[in-house]
Amino acid sequence: MSAPLNVVGRSVGRSDGIGHVTGRTRYTADHAFPGMLHLRMVRNPLHHAKLSGIDLSEAERVPGFVRALTARDVPHNRYTILSLIGVEPEEEFVLAEERVRFKGEAIAAIVAETEEAALDAVSKVRLDLEELPAVFDVEAALEPGAPIVTHWGNNTFMYEGHPCRRVRLGDVEQAFSEADHIVEGVYNTSPIEHAPIETTGCIAVPEANGRYTVYTNTQALYFSLDNTAIILQVPGNRLHFIGGTVGGGFGGKVDVIVEPIATLAAMKTNRPVRFTYSRSEEMQVSSTRSAWRIYIKDGVSKDGHIIARKVTSYADSGAYSRQTPYALTKHAANAAGPYAIPNVSIDAYCVYTNRQPTSAMRGFGVTMASFAIEVQMDKIAEVVGVDPWTIRFINAYRNGDMKPHRKLAEDATLIETMQAAAALVGHELPDEFKAMTSAPRGTGQPGGR
Amino acid sequence: MASTIVTFELGGREVEVMVKPLMTLQTVLRHQLGATATKEGCRQGGCGSCTVLVDGEPMLSCLLPVEDVAGRRVTTLESLTPAEGLHPIQQAFLDHRAFQCGYCTPGMVMLSKALLDHSPAPSREEIARALTGNICRCTGYQPIVRAVAAAAEMTAGSEGGPVR
Repeated sequence: MSAPLNVVGRSVGRSDGIGHVTGRTRYTADHAFPGMLHLRMVRNPLHHAKLSGIDLSEAERVPGFVRALTARDVPHNRYTILSLIGVEPEEEFVLAEERVRFKGEAIAAIVAETEEAALDAVSKVRLDLEELPAVFDVEAALEPGAPIVTHWGNNTFMYEGHPCRRVRLGDVEQAFSEADHIVEGVYNTSPIEHAPIETTGCIAVPEANGRYTVYTNTQALYFSLDNTAIILQVPGNRLHFIGGTVGGGFGGKVDVIVEPIATLAAMKTNRPVRFTYSRSEEMQVSSTRSAWRIYIKDGVSKDGHIIARKVTSYADSGAYSRQTPYALTKHAANAAGPYAIPNVSIDAYCVYTNRQPTSAMRGFGVTMASFAIEVQMDKIAEVVGVDPWTIRFINAYRNGDMKPHRKLAEDATLIETMQAAAALVGHELPDEFKAMTSAPRGTGQPGGR
Repeated sequence: MASTIVTFELGGREVEVMVKPLMTLQTVLRHQLGATATKEGCRQGGCGSCTVLVDGEPMLSCLLPVEDVAGRRVTTLESLTPAEGLHPIQQAFLDHRAFQCGYCTPGMVMLSKALLDHSPAPSREEIARALTGNICRCTGYQPIVRAVAAAAEMTAGSEGGPVR
């Protein structure tokens, strides 16, 4: 006898609901501290430039100016947030050193008594910049002679010595030669800004015991703490991060951007420091979802079975990679779609350009693969002359099928999901599809091949 | 530029603040009076999260110089919340799951309050039209529209009237 379910199948109220409807929920920027200073960033106005000098003399004379921070103030200025999971090399700068690689890149931080004073001082900083050629397209960035964005001589993130993340199963070229149809497609997607209503921000507060309390709206509290400890070269136990209340994130608040510099400013001034993005910084400087270009070539038999799939994908990482190398790995594992295809070849490139850096956003890497693959599936259905349901049912994964990256499918539900979807939209499926299940092939259920 | 003293009514009590010219009501509420229920999503009149009522009319507090509310009655989400329990609009937002992150909620609730004061039984279309200026990035707008419609039903027949 089973107990009744208390949560499954019910709509459960949020534990923070009363706080939200009464306005009593304390978001990061709702905290205030006596003596709190305000940090604003001097940003690069060009897409790509050599940085030869930062003249702070006029800014320092603004009433309320407290201090400026430049690259030499940052103990470990070159970092990469994924170093925590072993990703190399360190390639992004807390504050720019000799070169700026995207419009909006942080060059110097100004700390002042009021936000107005900080903004006034920012406007009076003189930069010595020499504009360099820039590149904004993933394939143009891979052409010989393209402007090089990184410090290692090409514009791709290197996966174990290779310029792309590769997945191989079977022999696609052989299968293409045996296919009845070759179906090709190219799919482009745009960058997307998460645009949370609460902008990214934090407040760093020096405590009497030598620790720093950081109120932050990060989506990744310990990730931010650990990266801040690395950048500031302090033991993690000197940092106490308080978060958990996020006014919208969607992946846009997993980068570690505001905490290290605000905490450094708090260390240098021994006062609480607030650094909160303006709306325009949120839209124009913070990471977006990557733009993607995805080429797909499929070999298909005349009965609609996909026998080979070759995918070449390019994600526009922007000037720094942040979480995008990880997105490409996820992408490569999913770029054949939820379909059983015996011959697969995937090359997925994380490409550097002079655009705003890109990072996590809702299923990043996989969402764009799904878009491309599902449009491609409709195209295949058209070429073969079957309906879009049929092409998906006959190619769907079953449990026990080998995925291109050599993992057995263990939790396949595409067939059952499509059956439920068909019922919901009132589409009558043929009996063979109604009887199909995700049970392993060869277990007596119909429709297998 | 010289600061001036501005007096206005906030949630039934008189407040007196010293402000620089063009300082916004949003800044005064949040940073001088500690009334942080009023949010700051864009500070340029684009998101609606800072909506408050001035003499019962919805206003974007991020665009409103505080001198303009001198002698007027300002209502924020703090003053909408009763001493015990919730205002029917708050209860309806809770019941209908009309938020996720909650950051747009104060503006949505205040705008709904103004709508229901003017139009106690609005149609779905009226509700949707009234909320056009307020952005939500999490929940989508359907649960919010349902919550406002439910709040209208809850308050039907009651006295209503502007809340102080």
